[in-house]
Amino acid sequence: MTETLTGAQITVRLLERQGIRIVTGYPGGAILPIYDALGQSTAIRHVLARHEQGAGFIAQGMARATGEVAVCMASSGPGATNLLTAIADAKLDSIPLVAITGQVPKAMIGTDAFQEVDTYGLSIPITKHNFLVSSAEELLEVIPRAFEIAASGRPGPVLIDIPKDVQCQAVEISDLPEPGRTRTAPKVAPALIEQAAAMINAAERPILYLGGGVIHSGAAEGAIELAEKANLPTVMTLMALGAMPVDHPLALGMLGMHAARYTNLALEECDLLIAVGSRFDDRATGKVAAFCPQAKIIHIDIDPAELHKIKTAHVGITADVQEALNQLLPAVSENSRKIWVDRSNALKVEFPLDMNGADNPRSHFGLIRSVAACLDDEASIATDVGQHQMWVAQAYPLRRPRQWLTSGGLGTMGFGVPAAIGAALAEPQRTVVCFTGDGSILMNIQELVTAAEENVNVKIVLMNNAVLGLVHQQQTLFYGERLFASKFKGMPDFIKVAEGFGIAALDLDQASDPQAALQAAIARPGPCLIHASIDAEQKVYPMVPPGAANRDMIGA
Amino acid sequence: MNAINRNEQNALARAVLEIDVKNHPGVMSHVVGLFSRRSYNVEGILCLPVGDGSLSRIWLLVIEDQRLPQMMKQVEKLEDVIALCRHNAEHAVFQDLEDFFRP
Repeated sequence: MTETLTGAQITVRLLERQGIRIVTGYPGGAILPIYDALGQSTAIRHVLARHEQGAGFIAQGMARATGEVAVCMASSGPGATNLLTAIADAKLDSIPLVAITGQVPKAMIGTDAFQEVDTYGLSIPITKHNFLVSSAEELLEVIPRAFEIAASGRPGPVLIDIPKDVQCQAVEISDLPEPGRTRTAPKVAPALIEQAAAMINAAERPILYLGGGVIHSGAAEGAIELAEKANLPTVMTLMALGAMPVDHPLALGMLGMHAARYTNLALEECDLLIAVGSRFDDRATGKVAAFCPQAKIIHIDIDPAELHKIKTAHVGITADVQEALNQLLPAVSENSRKIWVDRSNALKVEFPLDMNGADNPRSHFGLIRSVAACLDDEASIATDVGQHQMWVAQAYPLRRPRQWLTSGGLGTMGFGVPAAIGAALAEPQRTVVCFTGDGSILMNIQELVTAAEENVNVKIVLMNNAVLGLVHQQQTLFYGERLFASKFKGMPDFIKVAEGFGIAALDLDQASDPQAALQAAIARPGPCLIHASIDAEQKVYPMVPPGAANRDMIGA
Repeated sequence: MNAINRNEQNALARAVLEIDVKNHPGVMSHVVGLFSRRSYNVEGILCLPVGDGSLSRIWLLVIEDQRLPQMMKQVEKLEDVIALCRHNAEHAVFQDLEDFFRP
């Protein structure tokens, strides 16, 4: 039996079969046939963002919280260009996304038609793969393949550009294809595992260095088991926070530019670095030539292009990190490694992170700790980008993989609010907190109305210092205190802004008992903005100056 | 520098890449985009369909520097790339074309 379906109907049907239940986007002329078909779907709910970039980050929030491929949509031209930042962000953090854009009809492509832009060309360098679909039949192959590519190996964003006439084209269909699924990763070479295990067993001062790949691959448990069996002090990248609970005895926290001193100093002393799903990003390594100067390197990553890219590894293993860790575990011998564990503990005592004001909810660290005190590990924590992001990374007790949603590689201001909305849509049972700053929140402030409309359980904690904190900090430290374009003269009344968008608001500055007020605001279901003024002179410390070695931290 | 020396220099400093790809509009952009974003010049490009036309073969002549192994890995990661093979600069594919490129 055959049925006649349009390209738009095929698209929606395949999304349904793919298990997609929420799609976020913003309509426009060139994608209206798909929106028309989407409107008929009973399985898929559409969440209307208020800007295509917001839609892209809402989808990212869903994908980051669940690990499943998420879908966003936009129209041609400005709709597509507005999506690009969110797609580029997904590429750098390896987030599985399928972005569907409308395009002008095929016959008009290349004529500078209304709202025509070369979406395919623009998206080549920021996607894992992209498609410009030329017929409705082609969708049967392209859509499952897009999901397969997005989810397989190192995850990433895939863009499907569909001309309007392809959306409208009706074709006879007998069978719909199977949904695209994750391809299984190639087997790990046992010889390499043996070699790596021998190096770990022989090492005196090894450090386990976990990256975002550990979260993506669901390997956090395996990493902890390995660390415990061999007593490996463990550092995490920004993207890996939550893989090992911060208060685990072997956890050395986040490494790199804003690491605690003990973290970078331990790396300085290590004789073996076991890099798992991490990519030696410059914010993590500092000056590469001086990174772990005494260490041999084992590098495990699903992406072969990451091996030897920045640092030449002594053993490089291309593998799904969960699979590799599973095989490594029995080959690694139990070892109390007392001298090294004692040494790393001594470093923690001698060079701790200075969390000044952690008891005062009106200070930056105190506010973060107070929010944490209102929540358990089931809460998800999103951030925007800036000083607040680094302080939360330093101070929030992250203990669960996928608890932490932050824009790492691209460092996109405006990420936080829509990503938090996405996380809350995907996992409505959780409370989602979004820490943001007065700079970042304005970059996607329009999504407050999406939060209100969807009534998501998102608590936005706005740390307001009336400056662009990290710019202010760098100008103060490295540009002769010439503060330029980093201090806001005009400041919106964020309480009125939030209320104007239809969400509850709390001004912590006015609260006589800030802890109690926080507790009440966080416990109340639905979206809420919590405004707190903080001191503009506070810096993110320690700090490795750009281009310097990690040992040369300044401040605190 | 005499001609022989120049040729020797070229032989040392250049490499030829043979890349089998799916033949569709855009595949060339994917491949050369990897080079241009790294400001890695491509000295020569040749591309023709192979067999029934579903595949194409791209030949690239590039200057060899320390980034080349990473470039090759990036090319291999492209979804539309079937195979990649590296040859030395004296490979016939570009040398036989020299007649068409006299100033």
